[in-house]
Amino acid sequence: MINPSEDGNDEMETKPITSSLSDVAKATQARKQPGSGALGVGLEARGIHAWFGDKLVLRDISLDFWSGTVTALIGPSGCGKSTFIRTLNRMHEFIPGAAMAGEVLLNGQDIYEQGTDVTKIRLKVGMVFQKPNPFPSMTIADNVLAGLKLAQLKTENKDDLLEECLERAGLWNEVKDRLNAYGGSLSGGQQQRLCIARSLAVRPEVLLMDEPCSALDPGSTLKIEETIQHLSSSMTIIIVTHNMQQAARVSDYTGFFLSDGGPGELVEVGPTSEIFSRPKDIRTENYVTGRFG
Amino acid sequence: MSTTAPKAKPPVSTPDKREITTKPRFSDKVFRGVATAGGLSSLVILGLILIFLGYQGFQVLRSEGIGFITGSNWQVMQDNAGNTDLAASTFGIAAMLVGTLLCAAMAVVIAVPISVLCALYLTFYAPQFLKKIMVAVIDLMAAFPSILFGMWGFFILMPHVEYWGRLIHKYFSWIPIFKMEIPVFTRSPFVAGVVLAIMIIPIITSVSREIFSQTPLDRVQAAYALGATRWSMIRAVVIPYGKSGVVGGAMLGLGRAMGETVAVYTVLNLVYQINWHVLIGAGGNVASMILLKFGEAGPTETRALMAAGLVLFLLTLLVNSIANTIVSRTGGKGR
Repeated sequence: MINPSEDGNDEMETKPITSSLSDVAKATQARKQPGSGALGVGLEARGIHAWFGDKLVLRDISLDFWSGTVTALIGPSGCGKSTFIRTLNRMHEFIPGAAMAGEVLLNGQDIYEQGTDVTKIRLKVGMVFQKPNPFPSMTIADNVLAGLKLAQLKTENKDDLLEECLERAGLWNEVKDRLNAYGGSLSGGQQQRLCIARSLAVRPEVLLMDEPCSALDPGSTLKIEETIQHLSSSMTIIIVTHNMQQAARVSDYTGFFLSDGGPGELVEVGPTSEIFSRPKDIRTENYVTGRFG
Repeated sequence: MSTTAPKAKPPVSTPDKREITTKPRFSDKVFRGVATAGGLSSLVILGLILIFLGYQGFQVLRSEGIGFITGSNWQVMQDNAGNTDLAASTFGIAAMLVGTLLCAAMAVVIAVPISVLCALYLTFYAPQFLKKIMVAVIDLMAAFPSILFGMWGFFILMPHVEYWGRLIHKYFSWIPIFKMEIPVFTRSPFVAGVVLAIMIIPIITSVSREIFSQTPLDRVQAAYALGATRWSMIRAVVIPYGKSGVVGGAMLGLGRAMGETVAVYTVLNLVYQINWHVLIGAGGNVASMILLKFGEAGPTETRALMAAGLVLFLLTLLVNSIANTIVSRTGGKGR
């Protein structure tokens, strides 16, 4: 912990050389066609392996996530998509017995580096969960601003931040008259957007969404998809979804994960239009056309 | 409601609510009977104790009236034949009641913070092997015979607690309950409170740990995903969730502290005078008093002791129900 930023820069230069050939191949594959909104690589996963106990659940995943784009991760249940995104903000390590290998580079800095303050990583890489989970003991306003309190951050104008975050999450108009109501009084879809607003309040660079709409009705799903579209101009969004239409609607890039009984692997990644119209791998084609999974 | 188009005002002619019933099977009936018997037996036992105490104590309560709980004298007068003269004797347990509440309250005040910290440590910080050992030890402590706590308190703890008492007196004597005119620190309510605190820590810890470990994982993860430190996560998620459980545990502890007999008897100097100054070596405790007097009491005095027991019983009931009301009012939120 003498000077973490310097250490990180040294590491960054040496890393591409040490990573395996397949990593580089996959990485360049993803890099080939940056979308129009791309601002550069925000988050890079390098050779991610993950274990629960002795069981390997993810093998050698390398993926680049471009700033200003939405990447959808699709694949059948149990293929390790959620595990993968949980390695991206170090939520993976909460599960007893969980282990990982590989590197996750946020702006070139490995988030698993020794001496890293994990709370700072999670401020930069926010997460929205499958089940809406507002804090029931807090009001709507307190929920949105909870991150500031939890991470002991200061802000100049709380009211402005509150309005901005709720606005960006597409919830402001529905709750502006009852900011002091409890978070639990909202509908499921509203709660989920409240959780998105809560994630935005700490100004993350990356937002991970783990099946954010799977517990919601179609109307709420639509609203959240609109929210994702809005947000994608200013941040990196990675969304895990079982809904292929949703992946097609909201994402710029799509990665297809698959497990043949063993650990999950990344079969193919590319621009969403290509994955859905001209997939290179037959397994991807079978999945996106609904022949299995 | 109906498939035809609504004509006038449909709410006027709503049908009567149907009685919803089911015919239980024989096996279900049997089990229901067994469960009901088990459930009611505790109520029956409690009721019988209450009736017994009330019946035994009635005579004394009637002759003493309200003086039984407001007076502090306990004098047994005998007539010329050597029988107890109920009219001439006075029985008052005010000092004992005050002492009971004082010691128990002190025990809870000391025990709750320690227990909550212990429960938080066990749930969120302790390494797995240490956690197992500590949980076993704490459960053992909860089942420890109270006379051992009393003896340990008398021989080992008391000299230290007296020293703490001196310190408290030196620096906090401006607080009324820590004031004292005569510097006698031995066998004070403070000592009893500390011993009781040690006795109830395992109960409160165990209940708190249980509730903390049930904190919904999605809320914990939500907090961590927002960059929470462990401490800020605990403050924002675990404490609001577990608050009512901790209060419930504290109430269990309070109940035990109020009824504790032997341990208090060992370390407390019983004096028939209301004393709010916790550091002075003069206190009261209903249960210990009953123990003290029981061996040598004549028939009438025994009745008076039964009456004292009844009052203690009702006091415990009262305190617990007040506490339950507080829990149900403050609970709900945050869950």
